[in-house]
Amino acid sequence: MHYDAIVIGISSGGMTALKFIFSALPAGFSIPIIVVQHISAQSDNDWANLLNEKSNVTIKEADEKEKIACGNAYIAPANYHLLIEQDRTFSITIDERVYFARPSIDVLFGSAAAAYKEKLVGIVLTGANNDGAKGIKRVKECGGLAIIQDPKTAESATMPTAAIAALLCGKLAIQPDYILPLEKIIELLIEFGKNQCRSLSGQLIKYK
Amino acid sequence: MTSEDTSELEILLLLEAVYQKYGYDFRQYSKAHINRRIRNRLVLSGLDDVSQIQSKVLKDETFAYQFLQDLSITVTEMFRDKYFYRSLRENVVPVLKTYPFIKIWHAGCATGEEAYSMAIILQEEGLYDRTIIYATDFNQQALDKAKEAIFSNAMMKEYTANYQLSGGKESFSDYYTSSYDNVIMNQSLKKNIVWANHNLVTDSVFAEVHLILCRNVLIYFDINLQNRVQKLFYESLVNGGILCLGSKEGLRPTNFHEKYMELDKKQRIFKKKY
Repeated sequence: MHYDAIVIGISSGGMTALKFIFSALPAGFSIPIIVVQHISAQSDNDWANLLNEKSNVTIKEADEKEKIACGNAYIAPANYHLLIEQDRTFSITIDERVYFARPSIDVLFGSAAAAYKEKLVGIVLTGANNDGAKGIKRVKECGGLAIIQDPKTAESATMPTAAIAALLCGKLAIQPDYILPLEKIIELLIEFGKNQCRSLSGQLIKYK
Repeated sequence: MTSEDTSELEILLLLEAVYQKYGYDFRQYSKAHINRRIRNRLVLSGLDDVSQIQSKVLKDETFAYQFLQDLSITVTEMFRDKYFYRSLRENVVPVLKTYPFIKIWHAGCATGEEAYSMAIILQEEGLYDRTIIYATDFNQQALDKAKEAIFSNAMMKEYTANYQLSGGKESFSDYYTSSYDNVIMNQSLKKNIVWANHNLVTDSVFAEVHLILCRNVLIYFDINLQNRVQKLFYESLVNGGILCLGSKEGLRPTNFHEKYMELDKKQRIFKKKY
């Protein structure tokens, strides 16, 4: 399968996990990555620069109306929601907080699901609230792939647990595609990166 | 046509209906934003699809005005982005001091918190008596609230901190009187503010001004609409006039980038070239 974008939602414990991810991705990794990390409204983008130091992909704060480009990773600006338009550009808004969060994972994932449909990978990682649960469900409903950090291995299990629960509940119970520890998620992403131009062969074993 | 395509079409038709019947034009707003607000309304109202919203908007005026509130974002604070207000004091006030009479347009003022913040700064800088602030919004309900000048007491702690960090010179509590859960701003702050209903999407230039603040409004607009509004601002500003945008907004996506110089790049303060 060829994926056009990866969205990541992450909250408490996020800095360590993001550093781990970005230092492990190889140079030339071309699928754009868009991250919502819950941060205080006052933060500037210095921490994005900090992540950049050890990363092989370019990490930058998403600008409004910016075109999403291959080989880049984007971080939602503090105190704004980040959305993706059908033409794969960014919009930002300053609407009400969602689960006390702005940027909100649900808001990013909902708009990304509509823009990328089956070409989207949604990933919910460590976090201490319920943001991301509705969003990952939208990703699946629109045909995308859902990867959730194994709650047992997450610094904070609440958010991945809520995401799994949200997928399984409701009229149409949906199985998450993968529930994996972080290092396995990274392996999977690297695999997706390699398979940009050919379909993914069946050698990947689904983690139960 | 997939069901996703159908719902996209339904949204286009809904926005067309709102425009045709009520004159409010959301057709050039960010689609991702509009879709999200409409989905929220669907869930809240228990309706099945967007066509049902359209039918209800056309026949039920109360629902229609509720829907307009959904699409109008009024999130604001006093001295929002304190370092912006600090820069306003340091870099913009000296320019304003050179004018014998000062006209300011606060476009998209919502419930007025930032217009009162501006009035406080001008009062402290000794400029308010020769200033007029046109504070405009298309949301009449928000304007009515702004005019009342009544705000929640619970917010005052945060606003006081914002005020102090923005370079405030007085005791912030001197600017309001509190009563139980609310505060009312001093009447002296209101005297030179003109509250007016103006829609950036459909209305035109109404005055020549020295300073325009339009913060966190343009992010909701697509690029064509941003260009329209920037043209409006450019035509309203005197030569050397100043434009203040939101902390993540810029002129770069629009055709007006070359027509201004940056007075404070980080705080998004621009000066119209002569």
